Amino acid sequence: MSTYTAVTDADRTAMLETIGVATTDELFANIPAEIRRTEPLDLPDAMTEQEVYAHLRELAARNVSTDDELSFLGGGMYDHYVPAVVEMLIERSEFLTPYTPYQPEVSQGGLQVMFEFQTAISELTGLPVANASVYDGPSAVASAAYMAKLTNKKTRFVVSAGLNPQARETLATYLRGFGGELVEVPLKDGVTDLGAWRAAIDSETSAVIFQNPNFYGAVEDAAALAEAAHSAGSTAAGAPVSAKDAAAGAGQRAGATGGPLVIGSYDPIVLGILAAPGECGVDVCVGEGQALGNTLSFGGPSFGFFAAAQQYLRRMPGRIAGETVDVDGRRGFVLTLQTREQHIRREKATSNICTAQALNALAGVAYLAWLGRKGLVELDELLLQRTHYAREQLCRIDGISAWHRQPVIREFALTLDPALDLHAVIDRCAAQGVNPGLALEREHGLLVAITEQRSRADIDRLASVLRAAIAEEAGR
Amino acid sequence: MSTKSAAELAVPASYREPVRTIYEKSVPGRRAFVAPALDVEPARDLLPANLRRAQPPRLPEVSEPELVRHYVRLSKRNFDLDSGFYPLGSCTMKHNPRIGERAAALPGHAHLHPLQDPRRAQGALELMWNLQQALAELSGLPHVSLQPAAGSHGELSGLLLTRAYHESRGEREQRTRVLTPDSAHGTNPASVAMSGMEVVKVATGPGGGIDLDDLRAKCDEHVACLMLTNPNTIGIFDPQITKITEIVRSVGATLYYDGANLNAIMGVCRPGDMGFDIVHFNLHKSFATPHGGGGPGSGPIAVGDRIAPFLMRPRVVKRDDGSFDLDDAEDSPSIGRMRGFYGNYGTFVRAYTYIRSLGAAGLRDASVTAVLNANYLLAKLGDLAEYLPLAYGKLCMHEFVLSGAPMKQKLGIRTLDLAKRLLDYGVHPPTVYFPLLVDEALLVEPTETETRETLDEFAAAVHAIIAEAIEDPEIAHGAPYSTPVRRLDEAAAAKHPVIRQPIE
Repeated sequence: MSTYTAVTDADRTAMLETIGVATTDELFANIPAEIRRTEPLDLPDAMTEQEVYAHLRELAARNVSTDDELSFLGGGMYDHYVPAVVEMLIERSEFLTPYTPYQPEVSQGGLQVMFEFQTAISELTGLPVANASVYDGPSAVASAAYMAKLTNKKTRFVVSAGLNPQARETLATYLRGFGGELVEVPLKDGVTDLGAWRAAIDSETSAVIFQNPNFYGAVEDAAALAEAAHSAGSTAAGAPVSAKDAAAGAGQRAGATGGPLVIGSYDPIVLGILAAPGECGVDVCVGEGQALGNTLSFGGPSFGFFAAAQQYLRRMPGRIAGETVDVDGRRGFVLTLQTREQHIRREKATSNICTAQALNALAGVAYLAWLGRKGLVELDELLLQRTHYAREQLCRIDGISAWHRQPVIREFALTLDPALDLHAVIDRCAAQGVNPGLALEREHGLLVAITEQRSRADIDRLASVLRAAIAEEAGR
Repeated sequence: MSTKSAAELAVPASYREPVRTIYEKSVPGRRAFVAPALDVEPARDLLPANLRRAQPPRLPEVSEPELVRHYVRLSKRNFDLDSGFYPLGSCTMKHNPRIGERAAALPGHAHLHPLQDPRRAQGALELMWNLQQALAELSGLPHVSLQPAAGSHGELSGLLLTRAYHESRGEREQRTRVLTPDSAHGTNPASVAMSGMEVVKVATGPGGGIDLDDLRAKCDEHVACLMLTNPNTIGIFDPQITKITEIVRSVGATLYYDGANLNAIMGVCRPGDMGFDIVHFNLHKSFATPHGGGGPGSGPIAVGDRIAPFLMRPRVVKRDDGSFDLDDAEDSPSIGRMRGFYGNYGTFVRAYTYIRSLGAAGLRDASVTAVLNANYLLAKLGDLAEYLPLAYGKLCMHEFVLSGAPMKQKLGIRTLDLAKRLLDYGVHPPTVYFPLLVDEALLVEPTETETRETLDEFAAAVHAIIAEAIEDPEIAHGAPYSTPVRRLDEAAAAKHPVIRQPIE
């Protein structure tokens, strides 16, 4: 049996004597007898370390991982390469085992990592302020909407149909609490229908939300989407903002006009070549950070990121590390702007977030430093070329066509001939050790993701396996 | 005796080096990453100019050796649980077994895509199912969702479930008040605000538990929920708990159990048996998963039958043939999802490993030992009651609150000074200035994994600091001396926020 305690019988006797009680039971005297358990828990018995490891290996063996098949799954999480240095750093006790840095004098490592992470997110997004992480991409979208509501007191949220369905569902769940209406704008040719988008924005709109690249892999024209919102705001009779906000946001566009906030949910790994959200007029940029140095791990833990225009700094959720000096004048870092936070402001806090994803954010910033300024761009150019190649190859297969023809960087959507059984095709591929991508039920198609771990040869294999699977399925 | 100067203390030379960020170490042309060669015929104009970025993000340019050295040196500027005692109250900083890391790193877990066909993720779904069963048994509440990413996320989930439950009874508009004791964690009221309801505080009685008269006065048909942790943040198990839950139930409200303090009662008693409807667990506290310096955490919730229909989706289900699946039926009364995918699975692997390692008896033993250790440490500090009295009662559960108010008055040093001086003794200070209702609070949670010797050393350090302060309070005022930096100017940081590295 495994145990992580150290109290011997002799220790216990001495300790009870020091306390002044005869038995440990006396320490639980406050617990009423009618709820005190006399029966042991109905749980399995203890296991030794080697037994429990064998059990966990057996469970792992019944999962088909990306090591076990040629996988083109994406849809929110991606099989990018995680470098050895990142793995080494997140296993270090000094990063792995502390709590949130409440004592900055002995937490400078973690705090500086947060500061460097915030810098990296600020650079990627082209927005001046970023926090130290939120839970994940979908909940980051909901958090951004909450911040919009706190900012302009409005409750109508215009959402592109290109937003990841899980983000839309998470937002809908959060709206059951803080209240609000979700208005979906359809796609046209794979991207947000700009006319419908314009028409959907009114004076009661708190925020507009789109994803880039969108769920179907298409690159959105972020500048056009943002401009539509901002120009609607300048003409609509929006609620006046407080003098404090106006002062804080001097020189900024949104908020100051009373128009909706523009929230963009971005894939950070393509921001080496994709226009910076901040330069497109996005006010709040959030997203899922898994692609940056974090393993898939069946969906978590990873991290969400949250960046914004300057005027939202004091309304942002989550921890923020800030630079300062100590009593000897030496440079140091602290958790700052804590008057936003739950432990100080309680019900008036800008968010309830406490524990976030610090270790995953460390993996993120170390990964970005490993890629470097040129490396990120080179990686993105490679993804762009291979993804294009993959789309071209797959669209040559009889029974497959592109669901849209928009520019794509790392992912794209296909449709299958309606006569084909989508899941049967996928199963036939899986039997050959190829996972061809995510089934798109409504579109009767596939969402195919290409990472740098999928070579041309891998893409060619996908094409040949998929071609064969479709031929077999069509001939059945 | 004057304040010790920094120079008098031997500190590693690296602490005195100028602090530079990775961006300041960047030199154009250096690199760690080499991209795989382009293996397809390059196509032109795949991304139109108006969608393209003009200038790439200014990420650092460093070699791999520099990258490693930078972050490893940074790591040495952190205090961590593996190196020393970390009695941070309400955070349950127990040992993080390394087998959990090894198990979570197995490729079958770490490299499993969340959208893998459930038929090819049976091991993961079984693990989640088993973990749910264990959490249900520990809480006495049979229905579990593992989705929430952390405790406060579990709280918000529970409050949204409460709203859905009242809505199903046509009482959503009527029930908008959530009762919380004034000793509650700050996340409780913040979660209430995010759920669109309002906080009503309930007073603490002289014994440290809920003031029943105040509770009765505030309980009516407008109350949606009572949020409570028990033992509470004062470290006291409320002996009136079944009366409390009965009063709240009688007005039709739900009961939410904040599981931050579950480490006191595993296998001893269960929130479900106390009368609670909803409980969240902190896998990064009670179930020994590492906290990572601020996450990842994991905050699963367990609920009773009346809340179950509204539980988040997708849900892990066990089919009649013994296989596992994900049920994501959109037509259910479920509140929907609270985040992407299924939760922090890597954390589930670690927590499940812990639960299976300890087994039923081991989990109970962990709680009993946590309570024993806390009471022992409390007793070892008992002779300092003149300066640091116990805030309430005589005994405690897994943690206890001392008040530094007499120390401040008699010696002129505050709880903050004591905490900072403890850093020089190589221990992490307890939680300070929480709970708010205790003046100069010091919340101490030693956990079950510490040895008696460690507890003795901590008690000796507190004694030494008090003795030192009787002689010369200035020493504590100036502390710490031996740390990478000394006291930092937090006011300046907030007044003129610098939250990113400027880059030329």
